[in-house]
Amino acid sequence: MNWSIGKSPTRKDSLEKVTGAAKYTADFIGAQMLHVKLAVSSHAHAKLKKIDTAKAKQVPGVHAIILGPASPLTGDEVKDRPIMASDTVRYYGEPIAAVVADHPFQAKKAAELIEVTYEPLPVINSPKEALQPGATLLHKDLATYEKIPHVYPEANTNIANRTKIRKGNISQGWDESDITIEENFSFSPSDHTAMETRCTIVEIKPDGVVHITSSTQAPYKIKKQFAEIFGLEEGKVVVHAPFVGGGYGGKVATQLEFIAYLASVAVGGKPVKLLYTREEDMVSAPVRIGLDASIKLGATKEGKLTAAEITYLIDSGAYSDKGSMLTKAAAATCTGPYNIENVSCDALCVYTNHPYVTAYRGFSHSEILFVFERAMDILAKKLKMDPLVLREKNVFLPGMTTPTQTVLNHSTVGNLPNCIDKLKDLMNWDEGMVVRVADNKLRVKGISCSWKTSTISGASSGVVLLFNPDGSVNVLSGIVEIGMGTKTILAQLLAERLKMDINKIHVQMEVDTKVIPEHYKTAASRGTLLAGRALLKAADDAVSQLKHIASHVLTCSPDDLEVGYEKVYVRDEPETFVQVKDICYGYEFPNGNSIGGQVIGRGNYTLRHLTNLDYETGAGKSGPEWTVGAQGVEIEFDTTDYTYKLLNAYSVIDIGKVLHYKAAMGQVMGAMSMGLNHASAETFQFTQDAIISSPRLRTYGTFRYGDHPQYHVHFFETPHLDGPYGARGVGENGLIGMPAALANSLSIAAGVELTKLPLTPESIWRAKEGDEEK
Amino acid sequence: MISYDFDYHKPTAIQEALELFQALKKQGKKPVYFSGGTEIITLGRVNELVTDAVIDIKAIPECNTYKQDNRLILGAALTLTNVLDLQSFPFLEKAVAEIADNTARNKITLGGNICANIIYREAVLPLLLTDSRILLASLDGLTEKPISELFHQELQLKDGELLVQVMTDLEAIQLPFYIVKKRRQWGVGYPLITVAALRKQNKVHVAISGLCSFPFRNKQMEDSLNNEQLSIDERIEAALKHIPATVLDDVHGSDAYRIFVLKNTLRDILRVLGGAENDG
Amino acid sequence: MDENAITLSINGRDTTCFVRNAATLLYILREKLGLTGAKPGCLNGDCGACTIDVDGEPMKSCLMLAVEGEGKKITTIEGMKQTTIQSQFIEKFAFQCGYCTPGFIMNCHALIQKHPDATDDMIKNWMESNICRCTGYKEIEDAVKTALRQANQNTDG
Repeated sequence: MNWSIGKSPTRKDSLEKVTGAAKYTADFIGAQMLHVKLAVSSHAHAKLKKIDTAKAKQVPGVHAIILGPASPLTGDEVKDRPIMASDTVRYYGEPIAAVVADHPFQAKKAAELIEVTYEPLPVINSPKEALQPGATLLHKDLATYEKIPHVYPEANTNIANRTKIRKGNISQGWDESDITIEENFSFSPSDHTAMETRCTIVEIKPDGVVHITSSTQAPYKIKKQFAEIFGLEEGKVVVHAPFVGGGYGGKVATQLEFIAYLASVAVGGKPVKLLYTREEDMVSAPVRIGLDASIKLGATKEGKLTAAEITYLIDSGAYSDKGSMLTKAAAATCTGPYNIENVSCDALCVYTNHPYVTAYRGFSHSEILFVFERAMDILAKKLKMDPLVLREKNVFLPGMTTPTQTVLNHSTVGNLPNCIDKLKDLMNWDEGMVVRVADNKLRVKGISCSWKTSTISGASSGVVLLFNPDGSVNVLSGIVEIGMGTKTILAQLLAERLKMDINKIHVQMEVDTKVIPEHYKTAASRGTLLAGRALLKAADDAVSQLKHIASHVLTCSPDDLEVGYEKVYVRDEPETFVQVKDICYGYEFPNGNSIGGQVIGRGNYTLRHLTNLDYETGAGKSGPEWTVGAQGVEIEFDTTDYTYKLLNAYSVIDIGKVLHYKAAMGQVMGAMSMGLNHASAETFQFTQDAIISSPRLRTYGTFRYGDHPQYHVHFFETPHLDGPYGARGVGENGLIGMPAALANSLSIAAGVELTKLPLTPESIWRAKEGDEEK
Repeated sequence: MISYDFDYHKPTAIQEALELFQALKKQGKKPVYFSGGTEIITLGRVNELVTDAVIDIKAIPECNTYKQDNRLILGAALTLTNVLDLQSFPFLEKAVAEIADNTARNKITLGGNICANIIYREAVLPLLLTDSRILLASLDGLTEKPISELFHQELQLKDGELLVQVMTDLEAIQLPFYIVKKRRQWGVGYPLITVAALRKQNKVHVAISGLCSFPFRNKQMEDSLNNEQLSIDERIEAALKHIPATVLDDVHGSDAYRIFVLKNTLRDILRVLGGAENDG
Repeated sequence: MDENAITLSINGRDTTCFVRNAATLLYILREKLGLTGAKPGCLNGDCGACTIDVDGEPMKSCLMLAVEGEGKKITTIEGMKQTTIQSQFIEKFAFQCGYCTPGFIMNCHALIQKHPDATDDMIKNWMESNICRCTGYKEIEDAVKTALRQANQNTDG
């Protein structure tokens, strides 16, 4: 029987979250705490001529004002970013100075009084501009920046990284094609918009131990970076990650933690809190990529794809942070889930004077799929072929090779043909893609297919299981509870493995890097794979310890024993057993002799066999497995004013194994909503000077209740043999096909190829009325 | 969070409020009347509105009036939710129901919206079209005036003058109306444009918010829309010539797109409220 | 720093505290009274994460000065014990990260109290005051509609 897998046990964080008791970083309040506020740049690119803090210092309550040190530089892959701007600002909203004061309003008042004199520099407002000959260089010292291997900044350019894919023979691919299409696509950077704005508290204790509490998805990365950047001992950096109010990739980046550390140093180590305003969270903190793309596809008249030539220019903004890895992921996934023998792709990480970028749910996939899946629809139209049929003819199957020349097998890739079949059924595809429902109203369907892997080599996770005297178990994992419920799923996995009641499994929600084993980052949909495998190993470790003690009690070989039902019992005589609670702290024989001690299960897991990509060809194994899916959108479109309603949204995903049904549904529906929201409304709007207009929720266009469509979700279960119980990553798949599906439906509805996001009525009107330039 | 400090006063009578205002001015302060206060708090946070004294008018009985005899009287401190719950002025209700969101409408007041800094002030549209009147208080006493006389881009209040009430004839409340708010995208937020229309004596009257940097009602525009010599499209083209200021071009939409949406909306209005048919 | 003493009635208890006139109720609840269930999300009245109940109506506590709260009956999420809507949020998985949850629950609860017979349009009208970025709103829809149904049965019975 299934103890827990596939069911929907109550989330372990339920009661805390519905009573307001759940503590997020900003909720830790102390009378001793000082408060930090930032002064940020009002220019997108300028020399800092003078920073005058004289008036700010006069504000009552101010303890210290910190300016950006020229060094050290920070960055995940390329160290190109100062902690705060020191001599040059490179984006609007870039932190320039930080004020520490008794109360937030005092720090704010002082920050407002800091007078900055700028000398404006030429602004780069898109990746295309950045690559123009003679374009201003944003990083003159790019060639000398420290970096990891396998990232390739190009000296004296604005290119922070380039990933190339060269598969097959592209000229042969064109020779074999009967039909080609070419198109350009673009969109601007946008925001994660987690409801919790980023916050951190830093304190340096008298013994030199630095305590950082942060709204982070990557506490262990903060620990390592603090040690590296500030020359601290890793053992003296402790990061606490309480509940996090949404991340979506945005809280993978380390930014405000560095600033708060300098602030704490400046006030003798006192605890300081830095809570970003919504505006800072949107603009000063890292954002989601923008993209300029061009694509050319070739196919036979039967609809077999023969060649793809693609350029992806990733708008990384002022610094590279995760930009170089997003570029790598874009290249590795460049063709979507389709088998093409001849592929040439260049993905470039390009510096601009926009806010810098970090991970965003989908990690380049939704952005790239928007381009590729739109191109597939354009091709299908030219071939006069049903767009789903075109896709069916080309989908990845086991035995085929990815753009990075990895051969797929029945475990590493799910069953996309199944997903497409089911999608047809759910969407009533035979009805046709367009139905006229009134004189000026059309009901229109659009589709897309998707695949997703995680390019996260070297990622590992550890789990410790501590038994309590009553036989219940505490689970310690470094996964941060950012909303996806992974800790509840870990409890399920343990309940299943130990055949015990999930209510007797207690999960530690807050991460404390000092006492909780490391988990890579709570990102990339890999929590369940990494921590799940580590947990199963820890469970096996605990089982073997329990059997060892029980074997003495029951006087038999441990090999004859099983663990389950909170007992250790003899396999073929289950009535001969000892209770787990009687041995999990060792066992005392009637004569007073004791053996064993507290059972502590240990386990870890590292992704195996991933490789770096070859610089010339991109060959290499980029990720552990590919979750595939087929998605669709049905809209009602008004042909008079180009407004539309989202009626239905569909996701059919091969999830490997449904571990927690409602959590999986929640992840997929939430991700679909995010994908549709991005595609339909979200964007930063830049002036010519790259100033962001109105970075507020009020004008940003975030979905609200009632904007959402009806969701239709179906799961297939083709097991990933490495995954816990066969599960695949699923946190991002609901999102990644949505922009393309929406754009495909609207392109059909409006009768014009839409190539830009977001798809507002105005942008459709522009495309339709041929006034695209404005 | 507001980084500056201010005095807070909550008078319980009009006279007290007016006197407070003058007294604070004499002390060299820059007092403001505070009704719902949502704008003072949000603009204050970004220093777009700075004050050192606020006078909360919510405890003044006249500002909380609701009375209906031959005309409807609404106090300036009634919240937009109050206005909606009273169910006595459908046109105004339709306008305020689209302002901000339900929770915010529990705080935003009618007077606050009319006197707001934000450029939309959509509550004004039905009041302009129904020829409503407003009651103002100053140290010279109470004066009642047509809103059309005082509202030019914004309500022209003298320093220290207080908006107390809004009055509308029941007859005007009964007239057929149409109001539509178009946004850049989705269901909540500022308008791209909001167009309100009223049919009276066989003519269509129109007031618009979000098109220019202030709400307006324009007589020549209305004349054009009611010109029976012209086709519907010609009337609209003629009306567009009388837009009284630069059309907005901002995060919500470009000027050209606003015009496109305005044309569609005016077409809908003329279709729904008719141009020449009788009032029926 | 100029602060005045005010008395607020919160969750059935009168509390006196010193506040700046310019301080929002949200700030005082959190920083002075330790009631951190109401969350800062935008401080601009846009997101609803700070929603509390004031005299039976949902209120964005970032849009209200603490001094305005005198004489009013204030309820925060900390004053909510085992209500139907809380159970339904758990039952329907109507939260993920949980940050918007207290605000949503306060808004839902006020709706259920004020309009147990709320129509779908009215539910939408109320719920669109809050932003949830994790769910696709479906689970919240299920939770509030079930809680309303239960409230209705209770009134009918």
